[in-house]
Amino acid sequence: MDDFTWGLVQIVGVHTILGLSAYVILLTGQVSMAQAGFVAIGAYVAGMLTVLAEWHIIPAMVTGGLAASVLACIVGFPALRIRGLMLVVATIAFGEFVRLFWFNFDYRIAKGDIVVGPEGGEGFKQIRFFPENGWTTQDVAAFVWVVAAIILATLWWMDRSRAGKVLRAVGEDEMAAQSVGINLTVVKVAAFTAGGFIAGIAGAIYAHYTTHIEHLNFDILMATFAIAYPILGGLANVWGTLFAAFFIQVIVIEVLRDLGDVRNLMFGALIILVMNFLPHGLFSAKVVRKLKEWMGIGKMSDA
Amino acid sequence: MLEVARLSKHFGGVRAVDELDFRVEAGEIFGLIGPNGSGKSTTVNMIAGIFAPTAGEIIFDGVDITEAPPHITLHAGIARTFQNIRLFNNMTVWENLWVAQNSAKQKRTGNPLARWMGGSRRAAAAVEEYLEFSNLAHKRDELAGNLAFGEQRRLEVARSLAAEPKFLLLDEPAAGMNLEEVKELDERLRVLRDRGVTILLVEHVMELVMEVTDRIAVLNFGRKIAEGTPSEVQKNQAVMDAYLGAGEGGSDA
Repeated sequence: MDDFTWGLVQIVGVHTILGLSAYVILLTGQVSMAQAGFVAIGAYVAGMLTVLAEWHIIPAMVTGGLAASVLACIVGFPALRIRGLMLVVATIAFGEFVRLFWFNFDYRIAKGDIVVGPEGGEGFKQIRFFPENGWTTQDVAAFVWVVAAIILATLWWMDRSRAGKVLRAVGEDEMAAQSVGINLTVVKVAAFTAGGFIAGIAGAIYAHYTTHIEHLNFDILMATFAIAYPILGGLANVWGTLFAAFFIQVIVIEVLRDLGDVRNLMFGALIILVMNFLPHGLFSAKVVRKLKEWMGIGKMSDA
Repeated sequence: MLEVARLSKHFGGVRAVDELDFRVEAGEIFGLIGPNGSGKSTTVNMIAGIFAPTAGEIIFDGVDITEAPPHITLHAGIARTFQNIRLFNNMTVWENLWVAQNSAKQKRTGNPLARWMGGSRRAAAAVEEYLEFSNLAHKRDELAGNLAFGEQRRLEVARSLAAEPKFLLLDEPAAGMNLEEVKELDERLRVLRDRGVTILLVEHVMELVMEVTDRIAVLNFGRKIAEGTPSEVQKNQAVMDAYLGAGEGGSDA
């Protein structure tokens, strides 16, 4: 495979992580358009840690995730009071707030004979941890997918545990969930915090493989991608999000590259079609059930 | 066990519940009846913590739960069902019971990680028991939304029981049931009472209310107009007037 293909492997991995960050929050019935903002926080924080403080990528990535999760936790509280369209609007506003913060953020220091660090509207250049440490494109792709696999496995396990059922119960019917003893505040804020952490991880990796980030990377389009994957793939399990990230990034965006801007139209049309005709996504609980019966896989409650 | 004192709920100028007083003693089945719009469901929602009362207080087991939100009243020992069934439709029957069962255990399990991840064998065993009790064992892997109406009602009662409540609020559990199903429900309620669960039953189906309850309070326009044993209430002139006056409200009281 050539570098271009390996680059695509990286992109699909990061977008899968991005989709999973929205997946956790969507499970509780909340549509967050703030994911791009959380990604931006993870990207800038991790980038500054490897470039300015010369940390290793792994602690920098985790710290970026934690920084994003703190902000997500803070966003989670006001989000409790609003739902539906109002929540979408409020989270868009938060995402833009974060983007504009980085647009105005300037903090550079001299390192040898060059000056490095985020430079407001000019962006944050030279995030060169990977090339400086001799990581090849394949190494980076492997790293992306190890992280993606850890997150996929964690969420898959969570889905089958009590925590997953609690998140789903809240997403299905908040009043009924409260009436079986679930504390809505704890669950919704926890979902936002987890979603923020995962988005921050995605941002940290994104910053390092592109080596150059700017505020415009973290716009509404990225936030739309984040929620599009779980909406297209369905919330029955994490594999739907993985499939949708692959489908959008590889089939719609790369394979059909010759179609140019028509692809953006297709992306929009795809989301509208799925939301209208398959409100629970391509892989809804019912479809997954049928698939399992068809493949002869055992029943959930035997787990 | 449950004491409601001067309880009121006003929605704008409408007095949905007005200065309501009643006491439910431990171990009884207490009926709450009245024509449509007389404030029964509002009362249930105030006790369960969905609505905050405008005035008055609710004391359960000596604890003031007037302002308590729903998950706190549940942990205090009050579980409920809804007038219009509210299940987790895209979850299986088993999952519906499991999530409720585990939530109920939260307060008692010491280890926070175990509490969050749950999944203990004891919890799973208890789910089996409620599946059997509500005659849904053969539907365990069915999505709740795919169940027949009567099965959904049974599942909702089972889900409220999974929380192991001391007190059960049932909001029209017999609505839409045929006579045979009502009889089954009657038997189940008696079994529950014998197990020590106190029940507040809001119901329009008089065959059930008059058969199964120990005492009844009758509401009309948010006020209590009568209280007593089923036979006393049936003879009460104010009750007959309320039902006849309300036209199509109740049926055969």
